[in-house]
Amino acid sequence: MPIKLPFRQRGRDLPADLWTKCPDCGEMLYNKQLEKNLRVCPKCSHHFRLRVDARLAQLLDEGTFEERDAGLESLDPLGFVDQKPYPERLAAARASTGIRDAAIWGLGAIGGHRVAICVMDFAFMGGSMGSVVGEKVTRAAEVARADRLPLIVVSSSGGARMQEGTLALMQLAKTCAALGRLADAGVPYVSVLADPTTGGVFASFAALGDVNLAEPKALIGFAGARVSAGTIAETLPEGFQTAEFVFEHGFVDRIVPRAELRDALIELLLFLGPRPTPRPTFAENGTGNGILSRPLAALLDPLAGQEARRG
Amino acid sequence: MAERSVGLVQPQKIDDDALRETVWTRVQQARNVKRPHTLELVRLMATDVVELHGDRLFGDDPAMVGGLCRLDGRPIVFVGHQKGAEVEENIARNFGMPHAEGYRKAMRLFRLAERLGLPVVTFVDTPGAYPGAASEERGVAEAIARSIQVMAGLRTPIVAVITGEGGSGGALAICVGDVILALDNAIYSVITPEGCASILWRTPDAAQQAAVAMRITAGEQQALGVIDRVVSEPADGAHAAPDETARRLREQLVPLLDELAERDLDVLLHQRYDRYRQMGSFADTGPHAPPRVERPTIADRLRVLLGSGRSVLSGDLGPLRPGAADEVDEPPLREEI
Repeated sequence: MPIKLPFRQRGRDLPADLWTKCPDCGEMLYNKQLEKNLRVCPKCSHHFRLRVDARLAQLLDEGTFEERDAGLESLDPLGFVDQKPYPERLAAARASTGIRDAAIWGLGAIGGHRVAICVMDFAFMGGSMGSVVGEKVTRAAEVARADRLPLIVVSSSGGARMQEGTLALMQLAKTCAALGRLADAGVPYVSVLADPTTGGVFASFAALGDVNLAEPKALIGFAGARVSAGTIAETLPEGFQTAEFVFEHGFVDRIVPRAELRDALIELLLFLGPRPTPRPTFAENGTGNGILSRPLAALLDPLAGQEARRG
Repeated sequence: MAERSVGLVQPQKIDDDALRETVWTRVQQARNVKRPHTLELVRLMATDVVELHGDRLFGDDPAMVGGLCRLDGRPIVFVGHQKGAEVEENIARNFGMPHAEGYRKAMRLFRLAERLGLPVVTFVDTPGAYPGAASEERGVAEAIARSIQVMAGLRTPIVAVITGEGGSGGALAICVGDVILALDNAIYSVITPEGCASILWRTPDAAQQAAVAMRITAGEQQALGVIDRVVSEPADGAHAAPDETARRLREQLVPLLDELAERDLDVLLHQRYDRYRQMGSFADTGPHAPPRVERPTIADRLRVLLGSGRSVLSGDLGPLRPGAADEVDEPPLREEI
């Protein structure tokens, strides 16, 4: 009789095989080579999705990452059941992905510039945003604001997590509100959109960067392409919902190949990095959209200045 | 273990026929084309209604309306989704599904309200933002995100009323405020029941189960803390007596606006931020080792293989498998509209 050991399936811990087929050009790629090449196909430069550990390793200076709030785990606020209860799905995702939810955040350095960084991982339930993802992005923004560190968020997500219902939807409001305060404080935020960035993540923090960068050919869009094509009889334009499409329409600043992403961030951080003195804020507006704040207006308005001196 | 949890902990009984029936009746009520929409409600409850048009950037979205009016003598700015009551009007209104310009029009009016010091009342009733090519080209996602952000920081009181369908980000984009009301047949969800069903059940026929599972009714949303107050409708539903519905809404809105006007703006904004800040449901299970950043060597892999029995029992998570994100076996969990 075979002895049953509580081993997980081999495939979970070890690569099922040594080779990966590129879905774009069909080339068989040796996995080690692929990882060395930052999971970009050397032949056609198809960008495979990057796990959170590899992303952090690529972007950050070695040994600088300190993870924050590592223990956050989603609960099941709705008692959600579809074909499986939500807690079972969560447990399965934790076991198969090795992470506790779809985002990790912490402090680190990029080219010597201290940053707050939050990275999403599509492997965990499609990178969907539930309470934990929303909370981590929000905490990252709040710490970035308090410590005046540039914020970087790398998105890779199908959107809000249905199993948390409207509480997942509320994460859009929570993150946008926190980013509004960050912008008001004059602290910069760079959003990196990796494949895929769709739904509620694109319709909240991912779209709101002071600078938005995207990886080549990443799927970036609001509504599921299936619905767009299905529910409304419309032919979709060429390259619909790709990084190139949103770039052409003015919603990202640059498309940056993965190998150049770290350098592109360093280049930006030279401009965006912390300054010796905080700049005047846009606090009155609350949106960072450029309406002059009262303190700034006072600086520009000589009469207001005189009143202030008299007072 | 620090926990932050809300309301509804019992697993939902999605196969309970009576429950499904009740919930689905509400969904149908919320979608009833004869239900009074923003302009009808505003005309019934307010005086001196002046509708304003255009986003000053691209065009005027007929699916989103807004303007100025007086509620019991008090000037306010109103903004809301607009569906049509007849087929033709509904087509003209794009079934209440705004494009990017709709949300930019809303933002323009929010900022106007801020400058004039007028409170904002929004009326939410949409299946979702329009999911088409034109919408994507003009950046509907950016418009929604920006509108949420503008509302979160707007220096004037905001009350939102969900009058029918609160469909995902397209609804939330004008549903951020100090107090959120809902008519009792209104629904609020992260994705349409049909969309949820076709992803999680792989068939839209399971929409009724999805509606139950997502707890989309106004009462359940109140229990979750997402909305603050449920306003009861006349016996046969809002469509049967629009004027009575408008009267009941005004009865709630007027004292609420008076109360909000009393509050100091800094306090109000602080409270509004906190309201959204505390939304979510999670536990902090304490510190864990960060994920391994170095690539696993053969020795690591052997160690993992030998240690996997222990790790399963102890709950420790192994190193991350690089290919996992490209082979997700779950369907993409995205909102469809």
